[in-house]
Amino acid sequence: MIDSVELQNLQEKAKNIRKNIIEVVYNAASGHPGGSLSIADILSVLYFKELNIDVNNPKDENRDRVVLSKGHCAPALYSALAEKGFLPKEDLKTVRKLNSYLQGHPDMKHTNGVDMTSGSLGQGLSIANGMALAGKLDNKDYRVYCICGDGEIQEGQIWEAAMSSSHYKLDNICVIVDNNNLQIDGSVDNVMNPYPIDKKFESFGFNVVVIDGHNINEIIDAFEKARQTKGKPTAIIARTTKGKGVSYMENQAGWHGKAPKEEEYKIAMEELGM
Amino acid sequence: MDFENKKATRQSYGEALVELGKENKDVVVLDADLAGATKTNMFAKEFPKRFFDMGIAEQDMVATAAGFSTCGKIPFASTFAVFATGRAYDQIRNSICYPNLNVKICATHCGITVGEDGATHQMLEDINLMRGLPNMTVISPADDVEARWAVKEAAKVNGPVYIRFGRAATPVIHETDGKLELGKAIQFGEGTDATVFATGIMVAEALKAKEELEKEGINIRVVDIHTIKPIDSEMIIKCAKETKKLISIEEHSIIGGLGSAVAEVLVENCPAKLTRMGIKDTFGKSGNASELLKYFGLTSKEIIEEVKK
Repeated sequence: MIDSVELQNLQEKAKNIRKNIIEVVYNAASGHPGGSLSIADILSVLYFKELNIDVNNPKDENRDRVVLSKGHCAPALYSALAEKGFLPKEDLKTVRKLNSYLQGHPDMKHTNGVDMTSGSLGQGLSIANGMALAGKLDNKDYRVYCICGDGEIQEGQIWEAAMSSSHYKLDNICVIVDNNNLQIDGSVDNVMNPYPIDKKFESFGFNVVVIDGHNINEIIDAFEKARQTKGKPTAIIARTTKGKGVSYMENQAGWHGKAPKEEEYKIAMEELGM
Repeated sequence: MDFENKKATRQSYGEALVELGKENKDVVVLDADLAGATKTNMFAKEFPKRFFDMGIAEQDMVATAAGFSTCGKIPFASTFAVFATGRAYDQIRNSICYPNLNVKICATHCGITVGEDGATHQMLEDINLMRGLPNMTVISPADDVEARWAVKEAAKVNGPVYIRFGRAATPVIHETDGKLELGKAIQFGEGTDATVFATGIMVAEALKAKEELEKEGINIRVVDIHTIKPIDSEMIIKCAKETKKLISIEEHSIIGGLGSAVAEVLVENCPAKLTRMGIKDTFGKSGNASELLKYFGLTSKEIIEEVKK
């Protein structure tokens, strides 16, 4: 457990990440706010409590790694990285624009703090496994976090990779499934039912933790359980709300990949406490 | 030239990987349940901790290799060419070539000489797929010497490399690798009656044709294009200017492979007629390797006929 000051701080960071997300998507006039907002609390805990990373040495070979397998939620990743200090906040206004280093999907070659390029769904866990295997080979104790969408796990490669994580006993792997229940064409169970997600990962040999993905204490606790689990990878199934924090975006599939107009932007920023 | 001294380039690959593994501890090898066929089992035996069998899951294997490379490893990922470049194309494109990662895709069982397994296993479009990718280097070794050299050379390139190896034993045409240089084609002979641009196992067929034609007073040159990308434009332009006839030959589709690469150089620099020999927009079929080469018209006999046309 953490004290109330730290809890408040992490909640504050999550709120700032959400504001940044809205800024990014509004300024870009395109992008993916829904699934970005749903992982804001997870990113807050990752970047401000969990990860062993150094803003001044982003390529440190002993650092923990994050693979945002659901790469379309780049606004959330950029927002967390800016909040952490990996990139200037004013650069967030350039996301998706010609000649900006901040591409529509994460580009590891041009953005400090981005450990892997992503965008084509379903590939992140395999990549995270490669990083984790390299760590084991070199006797390094860094950990690798892979964030997937609940729609994304419809990709077969995720399950190839899940088999590998477990086969190679990668206890330095922690998969986080952002279970916001929505994808572009509707609710995940209507489009192509991935449930029961927890039992699927369990049967693939994972230690599974199901949490409320907006509850800071539960997120912290889940990462702690993952770290303490030896001999097998951990999957955190985070129950979340797509569009969390902006009333009119919450639980609306339509806000998967759409930018707010000026009036909507103002409402969102007011709701987030600007 | 002794065309009876033969060795399969996949065997050369397996042996070269072991040598490379001894020299460089960052080399790791991944396979997708075909280690016995791709010959990565030799590396696995020597360096079990650095070998990873990923099971029958090529997409996972290729993306795992990408992850390894971000941590300073030099992964060599191997399976049959049809699965490596076809099934895992998106992984190669988005997770290796776009971030320009240091991953080597070393595919065996290219072309029709896979033989009896037939069309599903005979990859005829891999050069086409791989050469279209930005940042990718494409090497198609002609023999044992080039295959070994390619493995060592690939490890020196800091970026993605695709190497195409074959299943069937093929003549050893080089004595040493002294003249081999990435992106530089090798010219055999000075003949001006025709140039045969060849790659992979077709180089030996072209050299056989060259010897036969010499007996009849027809002098051709053979240009061994082991590096398909970057292609040796200078050599192609030189030969177009110096010889009367231009032919390309590859154990690959005539669409998008060596012939297309040569044609692209020609049209932009010195337009000339080029005859593309290869698999003519069709799939392979079952049969033994030498029967298939005859069936598809990829032997010295057909080259001789084409030169004389």
